[in-house]
Amino acid sequence: MVETIDQIFVTVKHLLVGIVPVQCQRIVSASISAVGIIIFFASLFAITTVLERKGLGRIQNRYGPNRVGPFGLLQPLADGLKALIKEDIVPRAADKVVHFLAPLVLVAPVFLALAVVPLGRNMVAVDIDAGVLFFFAVGAATELSVFMAGWSSRNKYSLLGAMRAIGQMISYEVPLILSAVTVIMMAGSLSTVRIVEAQAGYSAGLPHWFVLTPWGLAGFILFMIAATAESNRSPFDLPEGESEIIAGYYIEYSGFKFALFFLGEYIGIFAVSGLAITLFLGGWHAPFSFLTWVPSYIWFFTKLLVLIAGFIWVRGTLPRLRMDQLMNFAWKFMLPMALINILTAGVWHFMPHGFARWIVCSLLVLGPYVTLGSVLMVNQKLGKRTYRYAD
Amino acid sequence: MLGEGIIQGMAETARNFVGSYVTKDRLTTVQYPEERLPQKEAARNFPFLVYDGNDPHAGLRCVACQICEKECPPQCIYITKSKDKKPDYIGKTQLYPAVFDIDTSVCMSCQICVEVCPFEAIKMDTEFELSTADRFGDLLQRKEQLAKPNEYYHQIHPTEASEVDARLAAEKAKAEAKAKADAEAKAKSAAEAKAKAAAAHLTAQPASAPAMPK
Repeated sequence: MVETIDQIFVTVKHLLVGIVPVQCQRIVSASISAVGIIIFFASLFAITTVLERKGLGRIQNRYGPNRVGPFGLLQPLADGLKALIKEDIVPRAADKVVHFLAPLVLVAPVFLALAVVPLGRNMVAVDIDAGVLFFFAVGAATELSVFMAGWSSRNKYSLLGAMRAIGQMISYEVPLILSAVTVIMMAGSLSTVRIVEAQAGYSAGLPHWFVLTPWGLAGFILFMIAATAESNRSPFDLPEGESEIIAGYYIEYSGFKFALFFLGEYIGIFAVSGLAITLFLGGWHAPFSFLTWVPSYIWFFTKLLVLIAGFIWVRGTLPRLRMDQLMNFAWKFMLPMALINILTAGVWHFMPHGFARWIVCSLLVLGPYVTLGSVLMVNQKLGKRTYRYAD
Repeated sequence: MLGEGIIQGMAETARNFVGSYVTKDRLTTVQYPEERLPQKEAARNFPFLVYDGNDPHAGLRCVACQICEKECPPQCIYITKSKDKKPDYIGKTQLYPAVFDIDTSVCMSCQICVEVCPFEAIKMDTEFELSTADRFGDLLQRKEQLAKPNEYYHQIHPTEASEVDARLAAEKAKAEAKAKADAEAKAKSAAEAKAKAAAAHLTAQPASAPAMPK
């Protein structure tokens, strides 16, 4: 029974694929997975927008949207309708083709990236040997879209936003991938399914997730910070920077194209959160051995919601960084920490099991964190801003 | 240490998030159509016409003197004088406005009409939910929509309305006293004149005789 519920989507898909002739089974199988992913994550996007607005409201002691439907839960419907019926304005001087393609170029790769994320036991659209590599490859395509949007709009703010986005995304791509490298080293595979399998099993009721090791925790935190920057979310929302450059690279987008950008951004967050779950949080595995009867996709979904809540929480708390702070943080803190973390993972791998490797690896992570942090704070590259004349 | 401030900030927002569900005082939002704050007494937006008693026509204080029409900076008032007259609150016969229109889409809520009105006939309203489907017809308010009872004025601006009532009552009393005094004086002078005339008649009777032949 438990097994049936756990595998219900897989079984249904197999039944559907079984109907069609053998020659088109592969394409039908892929299409069913694609449609499932698109519908599921698009509706999750709709729910997330309203939950985010409500959560941010509560953080600021407001109600948030509560007018459309019960508790304002139908707000995304109203937003979607509004986006659909709005006039689609293309600037006269814009490069029309590129301007039209940019939102599509954003949405397509983020959905592609979701294809390699295992959403549950046996629930991965394509299990390729270089899954993580594929993820980062298509994830990098969003940078192209952002620059296409900024360049084709023929607007100085757009271009500024696109420049910032490119600078930021390229800088944070490095720590993002380097922090993921530790997991690939330990799991010995680039396949997302193998990585999840490597985190199976429990000892003393606790799971063997990579996040529960010193290098895994550090890697997870680094990965999430870099993921926030990659998905242009607050506090790394310089490319948008409403108060500085109005809306950055999508300033000239209106109507449904704007909605597509919005969708792409959120799907990007889901994808990168999904990868973080796969790499560090044990994928679809239950957090405790006595909870393994709960279907695997529910665990994945719960972890995803927790990570999204974290994103919303951070967005409601932290102000936007300055450009120099952003760059200093990426190159002077994130990059060294990610490199040290790779070293720590190596030490962890080669030391004998026991209490000693916990202490050594914790020190290897904490020591550089404290020293690097205090050095950077003292040098005023990351800390509170001081003013020479005005105070 | 690096990240301390972030932890503190996150704790603060978490406190806000949870607190907004626990303590209602944190949520300062007034959910407008269902909840309303009481209006401030000095609130004002567009003018209305005050009438005494129950009949908007008979009790209307406005005498169509057109001072407000002339003073109105954006010229949003339009008045046509009546052909006939009706008694005002004192009892004096006065003209009344046959047409009194205010275009609320033009009005700038400056209250100058109220300042200049010698008859306390035009006052500022607090009604602000004036949205309509027709921006030309429905925002042009006619005399019938503008005329509102004195009780309504008391309701929206109690202090001011009481002052106005006291002033009007004093004026009326003064006018009545004056009328009474006038009437008495008139009666007195009439009586005197009568008496005088009678006396004159009596005394002058013989003197008038010689003039008769003329």
